[in-house]
Amino acid sequence: MEYTVLILLLPFLSFILTGLLGTRLKPAAAGLAGTAVTGAVTVLCYWTAAAYFSAGRYASGVFPTLIPWNTVWLPFGGSLHIDLGIMLDPISVMMLVVISTVSLMVHIYSFGYMKGERGFQRYYSFLSLFTMSMLGLVLATNIFQMYIFWELVGVSSYLLIGFYYTKKEAVAASKKAFIVTRFADLGFLIGILIYGFYTGTFSFSPDAPALGAAKALLPVALGLMFIGGAGKSAMFPLHIWLPDAMEGPTPVSALIHAATMVVAGVYLVARMFPLFIGYAPEVLHVTAYVGAFTALYAAIVACVQSDIKRVLAFSTISQIGFMIVALGVCTSSDPHEGGLGYMASMFHLFTHAMFKALLFLGAGCIIHAVHSNEMSAMGGLRKYMPVTHITFLVACLSIAGIWPLSGFFSKDEILAACFSFSPWMGWIMTAIAGLTAFYMFRLYYCIFWGKENRELHAAHRPHEAPLTMTVPLMILAAITLVAGWIPFGEFVSSDGHAYRIHIDWTVAGISLCVAAAGIALATWMYLREDRTVADGLAVRFSGLHKAAYHRFYIDEIYQFITHRIIFACISTPVAWFDRHVVDGFMNLLAAVTNKVSWAIKGMQSGYIQRYSIWFLGGVLSIAIILMLI
Amino acid sequence: MNILSLFPAIPVLMMLGLWLSRNLRQIHAVMVTGASLLLGLAIALVFVYLGLRADGQTAEMLLTDSHVWYAPLNIHYAVGVDGISVAMLLLSAVIVFTGTFASWKMADGAKEFFMWFCLLSTGVFGFFISVDLFTMFMFYEVALIPMYLLIGVWGTGRKEYSAMKLTLMLMGGSALILIGILGIYYGAGATTMNITEIAALHNIPAEMQRIWFPIVFIGFGVLGALFPFHTWSPDGHASAPTAVSMLHAGVLMKLGGYGCFRIAMYLLPEAAQELSWIFIILTTISVVYGAFSACVQTDLKYINAYSSVSHCGLVLFAILMINTTAATGAVLQMLSHGLMTALFFALIGMIYGRTHTRDIRELSGLMKVMPFLSVCYVIAGLANLGLPGLSGFVAEMTIFNGAFMVQDTFHRVATIIACTSIVITAVYILRLIGKILYGTCTNPEHLKLTDATWDERLAVSVLIIAIAGLGLSPLWMSDMISDSIIPLISHILN
Repeated sequence: MEYTVLILLLPFLSFILTGLLGTRLKPAAAGLAGTAVTGAVTVLCYWTAAAYFSAGRYASGVFPTLIPWNTVWLPFGGSLHIDLGIMLDPISVMMLVVISTVSLMVHIYSFGYMKGERGFQRYYSFLSLFTMSMLGLVLATNIFQMYIFWELVGVSSYLLIGFYYTKKEAVAASKKAFIVTRFADLGFLIGILIYGFYTGTFSFSPDAPALGAAKALLPVALGLMFIGGAGKSAMFPLHIWLPDAMEGPTPVSALIHAATMVVAGVYLVARMFPLFIGYAPEVLHVTAYVGAFTALYAAIVACVQSDIKRVLAFSTISQIGFMIVALGVCTSSDPHEGGLGYMASMFHLFTHAMFKALLFLGAGCIIHAVHSNEMSAMGGLRKYMPVTHITFLVACLSIAGIWPLSGFFSKDEILAACFSFSPWMGWIMTAIAGLTAFYMFRLYYCIFWGKENRELHAAHRPHEAPLTMTVPLMILAAITLVAGWIPFGEFVSSDGHAYRIHIDWTVAGISLCVAAAGIALATWMYLREDRTVADGLAVRFSGLHKAAYHRFYIDEIYQFITHRIIFACISTPVAWFDRHVVDGFMNLLAAVTNKVSWAIKGMQSGYIQRYSIWFLGGVLSIAIILMLI
Repeated sequence: MNILSLFPAIPVLMMLGLWLSRNLRQIHAVMVTGASLLLGLAIALVFVYLGLRADGQTAEMLLTDSHVWYAPLNIHYAVGVDGISVAMLLLSAVIVFTGTFASWKMADGAKEFFMWFCLLSTGVFGFFISVDLFTMFMFYEVALIPMYLLIGVWGTGRKEYSAMKLTLMLMGGSALILIGILGIYYGAGATTMNITEIAALHNIPAEMQRIWFPIVFIGFGVLGALFPFHTWSPDGHASAPTAVSMLHAGVLMKLGGYGCFRIAMYLLPEAAQELSWIFIILTTISVVYGAFSACVQTDLKYINAYSSVSHCGLVLFAILMINTTAATGAVLQMLSHGLMTALFFALIGMIYGRTHTRDIRELSGLMKVMPFLSVCYVIAGLANLGLPGLSGFVAEMTIFNGAFMVQDTFHRVATIIACTSIVITAVYILRLIGKILYGTCTNPEHLKLTDATWDERLAVSVLIIAIAGLGLSPLWMSDMISDSIIPLISHILN
């Protein structure tokens, strides 16, 4: 399967070529080149997936882990070296399908969405860079390769968030995204250093003696790595960059900040899962609590946001929380005995990528139509944009967990895993699922039903998006409709053996009821034209509403830390100290030397009389000293 | 004649050619010919060197040659190279080549400027090929003195003050080096000045080493921007003309790291092991302190100067870890920092030449006005903050991994503190990029400016290719360096 190398090579070449040629290339040519390459990569990825899964299992019942290509990139002496390579196993192959599908949809969609934008070529060039990095990340054969592509993914996200570089907010958001994730990556890096040093390898599966030797420090290393994952996957309190990242073009939000890059942290935990479960189950459970808190926090905040992309951003944070919880509640690697969460998490990653990309692309169509992100500019759009409306509804139903859409199946598995971990966790996650249904349908009604902003719509009549934009929506909606029926456990499970998904109808019943209740509440509050109930609640709980609207002031805390503490209390004094104390001392030295030489230069007067006096004085004093001794 | 002797000889011939040149055209012709020759020679040397190693030559220094110069003190003109010096020669040749193009538009006193520039290169090349303590020291001085004139005459801003400060501080350092060299020479029995021979004798008493080690280390450390002896760097760089900044930060500061390793650590191994902790503390401070200082600077060159303090601090930090991986990382970092910082200074010079300001508060939205230079600036910035695929990542990761291999709490804590610099670096680099390149251009005068000319494009592209080349396939360079590091480190440890 050496051809898998092309999966990385093609987008890289496309990035270099479109990047070097830049504006010398016609916009359409750059777009076509990027899309064609991504198309080819998608074909390759599907081909690889088909070949991999159809090749069959080992006699032991697990899929083989293939390394079609591997090379030493940088040796560190001893047994440590960074390799670059390609590793195929069930989860990496699954990710190939997810990434290439969403990436291709976004490439096609961008033709319509970014039409006429300045920097069209640059946009496609960065998309290629991102696709290459993300694919490299999932195909990594070792943790350091993952870190390399992890950083590349981060920088392509930085470049794409700041795509509108003349816009102040976009520049600030891109900077914030990079620095917050960089801060988290520091944890990742130190984790890797510890891991590499004590196990003597960067590979994902060190041999038993190495692991035995590293036993004491593995939990620390894995915990630090999770900090890196939490940064990329926007776990509380490192989530603050993601809502701001919505300043980027909407297709970018769909690709990077909804479907692929933000699940890198989940993928990292899944990748290290055997080590987590074997050597650091308590750390794994900590991640579950972090994920659950994040899911709850983000769901509450999503209920009161007014910018549709921000609602979706917080919804993404919340859903990634679900995936992390699912991994975290695993207690063994046997899917029948407490290891169900692994499969559930990967399944949800898969389905979520599709419907969240769909939601973002749909939001892009809406923004394209009304030229605003604010819900107040929308309302009643269903009659203007039928395709967007229907596909958006499909995605909303799916994320709310309504049978028979894909979200139902994956979320049900997560809830089942949570209930088997502890009833508490199960009920909390069920409640969050209800909140999810509520805020998604609040969004849906506010956009497509409710009170229409007639003045605005009269001035500028909303219109359905062109085909390049609606076709990806339809494809993604089709996937969302059927993906739930994929026998996912056949391909991916915590111990690698085939696992038959069976629906636990008590859990499913509860979750369906809760979801229906959430939807019903949203319908009651937001379907009609006047929103007395919603507005009344907002006034009644104005403190809570305001706090949630301002995202519980977490951003302000960060502002305080960076500006007041790091800049004002560290950097400025350090710079002052350098100029005035360290350098001042050097200047003082020079000044003293200068002064002294001025003071004593009178001795070199050139008058013979003075010299003879000094001479006599000298002789006399020496004579006196000698006599005294 | 030994191929190595060509390195200092070519710049001398260039000076002769410059002296005979009558107009700018001829000056350019001489400079381009000479600089290309040097670059070609350096590349050829890499192949020759690797070929000799492949043939199984295991001697520590290859291509050696020695001529008696002053017999009573056993001073020889002795040359030789190992992987480290080959890498450094290549770096110097690249910087001299690109520096020539970066100062293409030099009009006032171009002839004199380039003559001093060539003299400086002679010193640099001579330093890296020498294996004799005194010859090395002499070339070191040859490299330092022209700096005073280059900054004092062709500089900007408070140039006299900066030139004086830089020269005096570095002279102070070289006074210490001279004392240290004599100490080593007499300590080793006053029979030879040859570095490899002194190392082989291994007879300097430990109590003497304890005196000479700090002296030599600080002496070279001044040039390597060791805290608290780094303050010449911001002022000196800010006032220096573009090509001089490039050569100075790109190559000359590496003389410091190279000297610390090759002379202080290698020749005084017992003291190096015993006293390294003092300098580890100082260099750890350098790394973080430089980065924090860079966060609040407003002058482009000051930002880069403090960033250099941080990155060169990492070089010395890695050397002091006394293990092969970290030391390999240190040499890679010297290469990487040399290329990166030269690129930065070249770009700053080009921007300053157009806007006549380096104050980041007065610059904005340059991306629209000069896209080529701005994109290159972003690439330089990304290299600086250690993006994989560019050279900074390779060097930093080798250093951190190497440093982490030293197993005690003190070294571990120092390593983790040094690691935090990757975050702070991101802060100041992104702040800078956001302020000057992004946003809208508010100054109407700046809207009329033009993008890079061919000579500038050439200089910048060569540097970027080198940075990306080292970043994408570091294996051969890393292998070449670590092969030569291994005997040095095992000598220091035993």
